[in-house]
Amino acid sequence: MSDLKAKLGLNVFKPLSAPHIKIKAGMERDPRLKAAVRGCPAGLYSVNEAGEFVLTIDGCLECGTCRIACGTEVLEWGYPEGGAGIQYRFG
Amino acid sequence: MEKFDVIIAGAGLAGLAAAWTLAGEGIEVVVLERGDYPGSKNVSGGRLYLNPVRDLFPGLWEEAPLERAIVREGATLMARNRSFTFHYTGSELRAEKPQSYSVLRSKFDRWLSERVEERGAMLLPKSLVSDVIRENGKIAGVIAGGDELRADVVIACDGVLSLIPEKAGLRSPGRAHDNAVGVKEIIRLDPSVINDRFNIGDSEGAAHLFAGDITKGLFGGGFLYTNRDSVSLGLVVSIEDIAKEEAAGDVPGLFEAFKARPEIEPLIRGGKTVEYGAHVIPEGGYRALSRLYGDGILVAGDSAGFALNLGFTVRGMEYAMASGHYAARTVIEAKKAGRYDAATLAVYQKLLEESFVLHDFKTFQDTPRVLSNPHLFGHYPELMGNLLRDLYTVPAGPKSSIFTTLRRHLTLSQLWTILKDAREVTKI
Repeated sequence: MSDLKAKLGLNVFKPLSAPHIKIKAGMERDPRLKAAVRGCPAGLYSVNEAGEFVLTIDGCLECGTCRIACGTEVLEWGYPEGGAGIQYRFG
Repeated sequence: MEKFDVIIAGAGLAGLAAAWTLAGEGIEVVVLERGDYPGSKNVSGGRLYLNPVRDLFPGLWEEAPLERAIVREGATLMARNRSFTFHYTGSELRAEKPQSYSVLRSKFDRWLSERVEERGAMLLPKSLVSDVIRENGKIAGVIAGGDELRADVVIACDGVLSLIPEKAGLRSPGRAHDNAVGVKEIIRLDPSVINDRFNIGDSEGAAHLFAGDITKGLFGGGFLYTNRDSVSLGLVVSIEDIAKEEAAGDVPGLFEAFKARPEIEPLIRGGKTVEYGAHVIPEGGYRALSRLYGDGILVAGDSAGFALNLGFTVRGMEYAMASGHYAARTVIEAKKAGRYDAATLAVYQKLLEESFVLHDFKTFQDTPRVLSNPHLFGHYPELMGNLLRDLYTVPAGPKSSIFTTLRRHLTLSQLWTILKDAREVTKI
């Protein structure tokens, strides 16, 4: 996991004013979120001690995998506002 | 409130290609891009096939910041503990006008956007389109950064998630079955090291695809493209499969294991990773395409689903550029007629059907299903690896005849499996 953090640290991110993806209220235990834990390339989804899925938005690559994998019933999904978030230098 | 002839949402290859063609005809066009600059939100494996699009954009290519002309192709079947590789090269790949180049999108898209601006298009970076404006049942513009922008027609080039066509009612959200996730690292290496490791000259490039145990039997595979002073190393996995198959682990873990394979590690040894990117890739082919037009709206590029995985070739960028071009041609015709309703914009579908774009999508409509056969990602790599192991092994004692070795692996039931799968191959 620390390797992944280091890799994400190589990217250029511009600060977000607010998280652009959120687990919808009441959906924190929805099993559909398991797909994001395995599918998120940045490893941003995890399960906490209470058995709830948690999303940390820092490092988001804006790839869209979680929207496709989990769906919009469980995720409130949007892109960051213009000029925020990842700025690929190679792409 | 501002009104334009055309609003293009997204300054990727589809959007920029549309703007390039429209601006060349003197049509007033604005391109909205959510990133700091075009290319800042784009990730591709990184290979552009030029033949299909060269003539659609005359004069564009001479100065284009393409990385290396691909003169060497390779593919590897990865079994758990062994692998089988072939290489292909030929004089046709070293032709005066090479058929394909490795590309880094942040460089290429940014450069293309400058050419588009030179031709008179307006580019608005840092502008996220959050919704469409509907009036009398037609799309009349977009909301970007809280502002209303109006136009006769909107071209949605907003990428694979296709949120604008979704808001416009042209499609439902993308399904896990029709999409894969791609992750990749840009690994910096000295150009002379790249030349030596991949048997290529200056400005020549190599492309290599990998399939098998690296995705733990899930649909997908790896890729490696050489750039000028870096390699793009990536892994693609079906989102449906990774969601279902717990045993495969997670995407970052699969990618690290791929990088550590003895077939890969020596190729990137001493290299320095400078970026880690990821993107969803449309994999559904013809049957998963979005509706391509509606009243006041056209859809191009990944947003329409224009990417095709044909096993040996994986294509998207030229479909994006061509669909952007034909969307622009449609708008030029619509402007002459002064009408932007769906019936008028339907000419877009016709132009795409007459071009290589929908020709290819129809030709290869069964390919995604056939290529998702799990045997390709586990059974056959293992079979091939085991067969080669026994052919090459010299034991301490006597060695079996070649025919005995072949028959040990190619049993009747094995041949029956191959025959059944081979019948499917007639459809790709």
